[in-house]
Amino acid sequence: MLAAPVRSSVASALRSTARRTPVARSMATLVEEQRLPSKIGGKYTVTLVPGDGIGKEVADSVKEIFDTLKVPVQWEQYDVSGETTGGDELFQQAMESLKRNKVGLKGILYTPIDQTGHNSWNVAMRQQLDIYASVVVCKSLPGFPTRHADVDFAIIRENTEGEYSGLEHQSYPGVVESLKVMTRAKAERIARFAFDFAVKNNRKKVTCVHKANIMKLGDGLFLNTCKRVAEQEYGHTGIKFEAMIVDNTAMQLVSRPQQFDVMVMTDLIASQLYGTICANIGSALVGGPGITPGCNFGREYALFEPGCRHIGKDIMGTNKANPTALILSSTMMLRHLGLESQANLIAGATYDLVKEGKVRTADLGGNATTTEFTKAVLQRLV
Amino acid sequence: MFARTATRSVASSLRAVQPSVRYYNSAFGSSTPTSAFAGKKGSDGNYTVTLIPGDGIGPEIAQSVKEIFAAAKAPIKWEEVDVTPILKDGKTVIPDDAITSIKKNTVALKGPLATPIGKGHVSLNLTLRRTFSLFANVRPCVSIQGYKTAYDNVNTVLIRENTEGEYSGIEHELVDGVVQSIKLITREASERVARYAFHYASENGRNKVTAVHKANIMRMSDGMFLSACRDVAKEYPNIAYDEDLLDRVCLRIASDPAPFADRVMVMPNLYGDILSDLSAGLIGGLGLTPSGNIGRDASIFEAVHGSAPDIEGKGLANPTALLLSSLMMLRHMGLFELADKIEKAALSTIAEGKHITRDLGGKAGTREYTDAILNRLK
Repeated sequence: MLAAPVRSSVASALRSTARRTPVARSMATLVEEQRLPSKIGGKYTVTLVPGDGIGKEVADSVKEIFDTLKVPVQWEQYDVSGETTGGDELFQQAMESLKRNKVGLKGILYTPIDQTGHNSWNVAMRQQLDIYASVVVCKSLPGFPTRHADVDFAIIRENTEGEYSGLEHQSYPGVVESLKVMTRAKAERIARFAFDFAVKNNRKKVTCVHKANIMKLGDGLFLNTCKRVAEQEYGHTGIKFEAMIVDNTAMQLVSRPQQFDVMVMTDLIASQLYGTICANIGSALVGGPGITPGCNFGREYALFEPGCRHIGKDIMGTNKANPTALILSSTMMLRHLGLESQANLIAGATYDLVKEGKVRTADLGGNATTTEFTKAVLQRLV
Repeated sequence: MFARTATRSVASSLRAVQPSVRYYNSAFGSSTPTSAFAGKKGSDGNYTVTLIPGDGIGPEIAQSVKEIFAAAKAPIKWEEVDVTPILKDGKTVIPDDAITSIKKNTVALKGPLATPIGKGHVSLNLTLRRTFSLFANVRPCVSIQGYKTAYDNVNTVLIRENTEGEYSGIEHELVDGVVQSIKLITREASERVARYAFHYASENGRNKVTAVHKANIMRMSDGMFLSACRDVAKEYPNIAYDEDLLDRVCLRIASDPAPFADRVMVMPNLYGDILSDLSAGLIGGLGLTPSGNIGRDASIFEAVHGSAPDIEGKGLANPTALLLSSLMMLRHMGLFELADKIEKAALSTIAEGKHITRDLGGKAGTREYTDAILNRLK
């Protein structure tokens, strides 16, 4: 399992969420072994950044579950907070730890919106580690009906370029330019990731979300690159490729979400933006940010975080948060580490609990607290 | 809340664009919320309105609107123009006739125009926006009784900055494979659209304005948009103001749109584009959503759906969006009673469900649907 190349472990980490049989494939990229997370003293060391808002509460829930199950994971916890000034040093330490451990579990860090504040650390992490592909899987939970039934699609988004690059300047008082840079290399990389994901997870269709009718060069480059990758490199796989304009996508998502399978977004904000939008809509379709897991992959590092990036400040400290998203993200991480059996146990218990419907947190219409939910998961495990 | 009839709530949210009689003191002359409708009746007692039927299904749905207006005895004389671009000094431009007509009448109704993807064309819609400084795009979305979707309590109004942002069209390829696109935000345009949003809210009984942004990432550009909104908010002490992240709005509106019924949302261009289509999706698609473009020199009301070349000429198109847009136009011109009358006829036809078009799950064509509305107007 350890020797498995990153790409295939990526696929296996995700497979479970999609719950589909993987297709055998032997052409994965070769990666040297030292790039993979390693076991020391029988345990994997994983960087844990609980994040702001409800982060600590839901992280405690995951820690408790891992402890009880004796999952061979040792946490290196960094309580970085985006709300305090001068958290820079701690943030750097967390980054060092991530680079050492190659795998991390993280909540969402707050980003101030005034101009004097620091830039988004969430974005900085993704850019510094070059974890270029973000994956969010939106799938209807059995036993929890929402407005839409049978939703099951994955959103892949480019994480490292586009408008989230934060290149901005005031060229004249009252006139601000914000640059969005898109490159062919990164578009190719994310397109290949999306198709590999589709192949491994037995998905049938990849949808490229873009705004090339307006941003003809920028999004045009992304769209054309995706198209070329689809035709030249993945034509033989039989996976269907289609392109959809982002505003139409938003509309289709809320009216007929069942049509989507794998979506690949254009560049960062195009991807971060289009991706953020789609992930949030998708999450709303299946039950909210409390239950949507997600992860970010690069060639060397993997960072697991809730798919819908909200800090949940409104319910912070009230013990009301739904830990499902982070628990499911952590099971994706376990699969990435090759700890399949523990992952299946925890994910199974969580899904069953939601399905049974007796213990639910407020966001799913129940009145259980975070601790009660965690306890109920544990009861099923032991 | 649900007990409110669709008719009434549509009426209130479409009462969009009333003529403004207020005078605003502002540093920017262009910040006047809207050019109040200043058209005069001609010698035959009619207002002249420019009609751009558009491409694809455009002529069919425009015909339907014309018949309905005639049956309702609307004091409107249509001046039909063609906006097929022509080549002038090596540039594609809108024919002068069309521009003169819209400038003269200051109000126009427009069907869908086809924009080819990625071929170096500047979109015609974009050109129209620039030519007439159409700075604000108003998009009300109200659940239509008789057409069931997953959401039955939608009543949103979204106002989108329409002239700049990601749509500035400034792009270049630095080296092969590296493209830079520029999102342009100016204080002046932000303030102008913010002021119109507050104006709209105060005129339409909505007591809150929410600015939608992504200033945690785009600090300077979206930051400036927010600071413009905050400044304008001070001029409207009776209207509450708050700000929300785009992600959160998407999440909340797709889970439950009901809390958005009390407010007007205002935002930069691209966000507005996406969110307005999202709202349209909540009520069943672009075939049911009207839109108005408010500008300094003229206001253009349009159906925002595509030109649907696949059903062109087959008599299957749904004219509702263009009809609802024309009602926004009538209200803009102060013809409220007439607008209410036509709206009642159209919405009750849809609610009855016997003569609705295929996109709404019925069997009727454009003709039958139009006739059903005409019957109710008699």
